[in-house]
Amino acid sequence: MKPIEAVNDFVVKFANVNGSGSASANELFAKSILRMGVPISPRNIFPSNIQGLPTWYEVRVSEHGWLGRRGGVDLMVAMNPQTWDRDLKEIDPGGYLFYDNSKPLPKSKLRDDITVIGMPLTEMCNANYTDSREKQLFKNIIYLGALSALLGIDAGEIAQLIGEQYKGKEKLLKPNLNALQMGRDYARANLQCPIGLRIEKRDAVGNRIFIEGNSALALGCVYGGATVCAWYPITPSSSVAEAFTKWCQKYRVDPATGRNNFAIVQGEDELASVGIVVGAGWNGARAFTATSGPGISLMMEFIGLAYFAEIPITIVDVQRGGPSTGMPTRTQQADVLACAYASHGDTKHVLLFPEDPKECFEHAAIALDLADRLQTPVFVMTDLDIGMNQRLCAPLEWDDQRAYDRGKVMTHDELEAGKDFGRYLDVDGDGIPYRTLPGTHPTKGGYFTRGTTKDRYARYSEEGAVYVDNVQRLLKKFETAKSLVPKPVLTPSKVPARFGAIYFGSTSPAMQEALEALAAQGIHVNALRVLAFPFQDEIFDFVASHSKVFVVEQNRDAQLKTLLVNDAGINPASLIPVLHYDGTPITARFITDEIAEIVAALNVRPIKKDIKKDKAA
Amino acid sequence: MTYITKPRLHHPTLPINKIGFTRRDYEGKISTLCAGCGHDSISAALIQACWELDIEPHRVAKLSGIGCSSKTPDYFLGSSHGFNTVHGRMPSVLTGANLANRDLIYLGISGDGDSASIGLGQFAHVMRRGVNMTYILENNGVYGLTKGQFSATADAGSKSKRGIANTEAPVDTVSLALLLGATFVARSFSGDKKQLVPLIKAALAHQGAAFIDVVSPCVAFNNHSGSTKSYDYVREHNDAVNRLDFIASREPITVDYEAGEVASVQQHDGSVLRLRKIDPGYDATDRIAAMHYIQQHQAKGEVVTGLLFVDPETEDLHAHLNTAQTPFNRLGPKELCPGRAALDKLNASLR
Repeated sequence: MKPIEAVNDFVVKFANVNGSGSASANELFAKSILRMGVPISPRNIFPSNIQGLPTWYEVRVSEHGWLGRRGGVDLMVAMNPQTWDRDLKEIDPGGYLFYDNSKPLPKSKLRDDITVIGMPLTEMCNANYTDSREKQLFKNIIYLGALSALLGIDAGEIAQLIGEQYKGKEKLLKPNLNALQMGRDYARANLQCPIGLRIEKRDAVGNRIFIEGNSALALGCVYGGATVCAWYPITPSSSVAEAFTKWCQKYRVDPATGRNNFAIVQGEDELASVGIVVGAGWNGARAFTATSGPGISLMMEFIGLAYFAEIPITIVDVQRGGPSTGMPTRTQQADVLACAYASHGDTKHVLLFPEDPKECFEHAAIALDLADRLQTPVFVMTDLDIGMNQRLCAPLEWDDQRAYDRGKVMTHDELEAGKDFGRYLDVDGDGIPYRTLPGTHPTKGGYFTRGTTKDRYARYSEEGAVYVDNVQRLLKKFETAKSLVPKPVLTPSKVPARFGAIYFGSTSPAMQEALEALAAQGIHVNALRVLAFPFQDEIFDFVASHSKVFVVEQNRDAQLKTLLVNDAGINPASLIPVLHYDGTPITARFITDEIAEIVAALNVRPIKKDIKKDKAA
Repeated sequence: MTYITKPRLHHPTLPINKIGFTRRDYEGKISTLCAGCGHDSISAALIQACWELDIEPHRVAKLSGIGCSSKTPDYFLGSSHGFNTVHGRMPSVLTGANLANRDLIYLGISGDGDSASIGLGQFAHVMRRGVNMTYILENNGVYGLTKGQFSATADAGSKSKRGIANTEAPVDTVSLALLLGATFVARSFSGDKKQLVPLIKAALAHQGAAFIDVVSPCVAFNNHSGSTKSYDYVREHNDAVNRLDFIASREPITVDYEAGEVASVQQHDGSVLRLRKIDPGYDATDRIAAMHYIQQHQAKGEVVTGLLFVDPETEDLHAHLNTAQTPFNRLGPKELCPGRAALDKLNASLR
């Protein structure tokens, strides 16, 4: 088997033991490639565990800039005996295995269609370190040094990164640099360097930044003016609240008084968390909670209250594999329906679907504006793949002229001037009423907020006509939302195409790559990325202008498709689901293969072949 | 309940308070509760307390859960904003509202089903957090709106209207509040306005989690013999540990007390609590002793009432979180948005 040869285009996977300190070494590996100007896309594949269980870190190197998960492994850094067999199996034929050969392995434990690179890491650590924790931690840095030699990574970049990491902790700097050098020296003296996989300097990263979606989202909440955050720890959303805490400590402490312009409460559960957000929203502060599927289930009752009493709240749902506890550390887009129609009775909610950390930042700020403008719950539907992985994305932007849209809040002066205040009165014909904040005026503007049905002046009434009047206005408000939420983004095919594809959220990078791969096969597809629910007319027009539209999602039941059919009466026959739901991020290979197969089954001959045949004739 | 609308006109001789309001200005809609309901007496006590304290009605935010008790915020302080939230979850909504604007007075109204059954968790945690509020639990031991089921505060052995004995141990909200860190804990009786009004005033002045459990008989479902939440039972077994005179900070102290009979406690806002002792050994600033006393006396079937505990030097959630003095709902981009320059700098650090 010929070893794989590739420059700046391969996948390295690290198999480690959770809690062994590998994460930081692996991140150094990833970042050093970025610093060489080559785009990468790393993903954590981790267990619901603190210490001991297997964990993987997969780095896709792609000079072309493909950031989706590719699938397959070219180089496996196998550091976990527990998962040896499956890790070995995962390597593509012709690929490479890097492992710790301190203990000799029988040949039967290896494969002969791959290049096996052994290095006595444990032996080296035992010889150089006495402390057991040091032995473990430096082993990671030693293999990092060896990999840099094997792949041609500039050791200066790694040293520079280690320097940045241990700035002010010089005591730790030197031993780390020594370990790095030790690994490098060993590899150069004993192993064939470089192997067929190589990193070469490029200028393909540009001014892009490298950030986790959850961190960017939390920053968006800071920029968007959220002052109250209430949350309950749940993977994969906890780091949203943790990052919000970090950003607030950096940006939101009043320099003059040392007081905080934020309040973060870790609730006793998700019910309390969303309850706090409802209370704050009712009283005019921008507030959000971050959770995942099980938390959404618990919040249902409050979501219905906020919908019906018309209270601005922002809910961040970092989706994971469901149902129930499901796959807590795996990714899915399987809360779409649960959020779109959350709570009992007739409800519909605004959803936003960011594709990457940059949009997480933007959508967080947009959600806070929309919640105030529409006086309703707004969901930011991200997922584990975007949320808990560092991703290369365009730099974050903010316009200093941008004001917060606080929506329709009637002021003391307006009340004083005698303006008619009906809490649920549709003054402007857009379905959005005015609200007053508690404490505004001594005698005017007070009202009783409730989850029971009420008339336009907030008076309790169970009369049928009054109820219908109110819920019809809520529908009108939802119609208004269409004009306010982010518009879908079209990626047109280079040649006229009869197929369309609709996708959203974290599917984006894989989809973009798949479109190119499909085009290369002669299958041309116009692609529309949906950014929000309610759906705008552009989406229906898109569906109407294609004979078939693939709806690509990361869930079993085609939830976005269901929503398209249900909400706009789109003929289900025109929509073909392409579904990936094993908990791993969707890949371009998967999308390409699925669509190609369906196209073949539909008996459509790819255009390219037709042209060739025509020429032959 | 009454069906007639309240006349809007005030009697010209109705007394007015320091800010020019009559008691009528603190009223709300006509109650829809049963005639004789203890809850209406509590509403009346709240009206009296707010009027006496010269509180501007609109500076109070009233929050409640679900149930008979939770309907009452519609029946007092009609100019205030009220929020009838979801069952058992008023405490979290109140917490959020309080975080959004620290300048208002937060009044939480709940019942025994709302606080001790479905909402026991939120009840416990709001006390732990030290939210600055007055939390009134209108406690009748029974579900009224759903017609007479026991609630979690019904005493073991007490009988329902149909004669069935409750076999489950009661949740004692006063002991729980003490255990969980509430800094003002009282129990009163809806039939004793003289005791209740000063307690509400003191609770409103308290700058932390103030809790008053008010035994409030349900005339429809729990006022029979065999009930331990009936008017007769509470009157017979009421063990008041003290009588409170509340003196707002700006009022001169005119009442003379005999030495040894009175304990004075000054609260953080400057208000003074004069406790006329009924039980000479009772110290309302000793949390552990209070818990002991309550357990001991309740075991004998007594209903211990009065100001049971107060920590005058308390800190609230805002102090714990070191939040700014300006209410959050008044802050804008200037205070909240770090701006483009900061973002550019941050971008540069993420490469």
